[in-house]
Amino acid sequence: MTTGPLLAVRDLRVLIGGRHILHGVDLDVARHGVTALLGRNGAGKTTTVRGVLGLVPRTGSVRLDGEETVSLPTHTVVRLGIGYAPEDRGIFAGLTVAENLRLAERRGADGPAYGLVHELFPELKRRERQLAGTLSGGQQQMVAIGRTLLNGNRLIIADEPTKGLAPKVVTEVAQVLERAAEAVPVLLVEQNLAVVRRLAEHCAVLADGRTAHQGPAAELLGDAETARRLLGVGHGPVTRASSVEADS
Amino acid sequence: MSTVVLLTMTGLGLGALYFLIASGLSLIFGLMDVLNFAHGALLSIGAYGTWWAASGHLPGAGPGGAGFVLAVLFGTAVGTAAAVLLELAVVRPLYTRPREQVLATVGVGLAVPALLSGIWGSDARTFPGPKALSGTFGLFGAQVPVNRLVLVAAALVVLVALRLFLGRTRHGLVVRAGVEDRAMVTALGIDVRKAFTLVFAIGGCVAALGGALGGLYFGSVDPRQGTSLLIFAFVVVVTGGMGSVSGAAVASVVIGLVQQFANYYTAAGLGDLAVVVLLAALLLVRPRGLTGRLA
Repeated sequence: MTTGPLLAVRDLRVLIGGRHILHGVDLDVARHGVTALLGRNGAGKTTTVRGVLGLVPRTGSVRLDGEETVSLPTHTVVRLGIGYAPEDRGIFAGLTVAENLRLAERRGADGPAYGLVHELFPELKRRERQLAGTLSGGQQQMVAIGRTLLNGNRLIIADEPTKGLAPKVVTEVAQVLERAAEAVPVLLVEQNLAVVRRLAEHCAVLADGRTAHQGPAAELLGDAETARRLLGVGHGPVTRASSVEADS
Repeated sequence: MSTVVLLTMTGLGLGALYFLIASGLSLIFGLMDVLNFAHGALLSIGAYGTWWAASGHLPGAGPGGAGFVLAVLFGTAVGTAAAVLLELAVVRPLYTRPREQVLATVGVGLAVPALLSGIWGSDARTFPGPKALSGTFGLFGAQVPVNRLVLVAAALVVLVALRLFLGRTRHGLVVRAGVEDRAMVTALGIDVRKAFTLVFAIGGCVAALGGALGGLYFGSVDPRQGTSLLIFAFVVVVTGGMGSVSGAAVASVVIGLVQQFANYYTAAGLGDLAVVVLLAALLLVRPRGLTGRLA
């Protein structure tokens, strides 16, 4: 199946501890480029991603390239070809950088793509024997993204990869994601609208555990009124809501 | 002087025995958050398996030489198989229900000694062992039983093997990562449940070996041996830090020595109390044990 979205989420519902976190999320991830998943804090973005991966109990439909995955365990879903960089980066602090990457290796036709990872992040090569817990936030994010690039994935999911990083590092991370997205579609959860504006072609906006809007990213970000209503980004042009300039 | 040497060697032997139980217990808890109250039962199964084989029931096995080695291998293999069965049949179906899981392991921990009593009686049985291991050797004026050395040597081999496994193999890497963040390991496409079974097998194997060699140390086997040792193994695990093999090794030595010396120099029985007091004091200062880390 080569038409339609790469990832099609329909009526995704998540119930945790007797509380409905998601009430029916619909989400399409395009076959090319970056699809941004937006919404205010607590809208359900991270839970949607975790639901897609089966890290939380969920119902509904999650199709990857037409294949239904909603009843599969997480490790099987991931092996279908998903690279996941979680919100907290999911770094193993007690393992070295090299061990963190080695853990992510999966058996594939081409073997792990260390060449690409070390080309994008030469820092990781230099620090491969360092314990990941002693890395800076930006370096840990490099490990997290590096893991997603190691295997020939069909989809990369990055959950707030620029959160808490210094502006210069945010630009670096954005550049890497931009380059990764040339080869692999990316689902990007992001609060930094400058990054979204620079990278995303498509977007979906969540509000209170439901999909409130789906469409081209430029359209949403160009419409200050709708963006303010859906994202709560305050007054003035949307681009200035962020501290980071998209520099290309 | 000779008393101190003897107490030290006996304490180290006891510590080695604690380590054989606690290392598996610690890995199981660290990786899976399972408090395996049936771990003492695995030790008992190893002890009875070895005793049964060495008593002439297994062709080729016996109380001496290669026959005894075969008996120990048999006991260890039975204990390993029991551990795998325990994980697959009792622990695995209850991963989403931790309370029931603890109760189930407590149940197995009670049922196995009862089963052993039912088959072979509740009295202690003399443990057959090679003559070479039942003697003593002179060390700084003390006559130290050889079996102490056997236990210490076995514990050292196990410690080195576990560290190599954890540090050098892919499965070891998965276990170390799983101790830190199990969910993230699955999110990298790894079936962490396979690691669970493996860790149970390793823990069962080492505990069963402890049972086999514990028979030498105590000179007998009885159905309650495993359960009473388990309590001190838990003290070792908490003292050493959950999930840490090296922490368990250090804590085993400390606990074994403190217990022996306190029992000798104060009143018998106070050694057991001293160990618990030591644990309480340590937890007040370092709530995560001697080490919060693995390996």
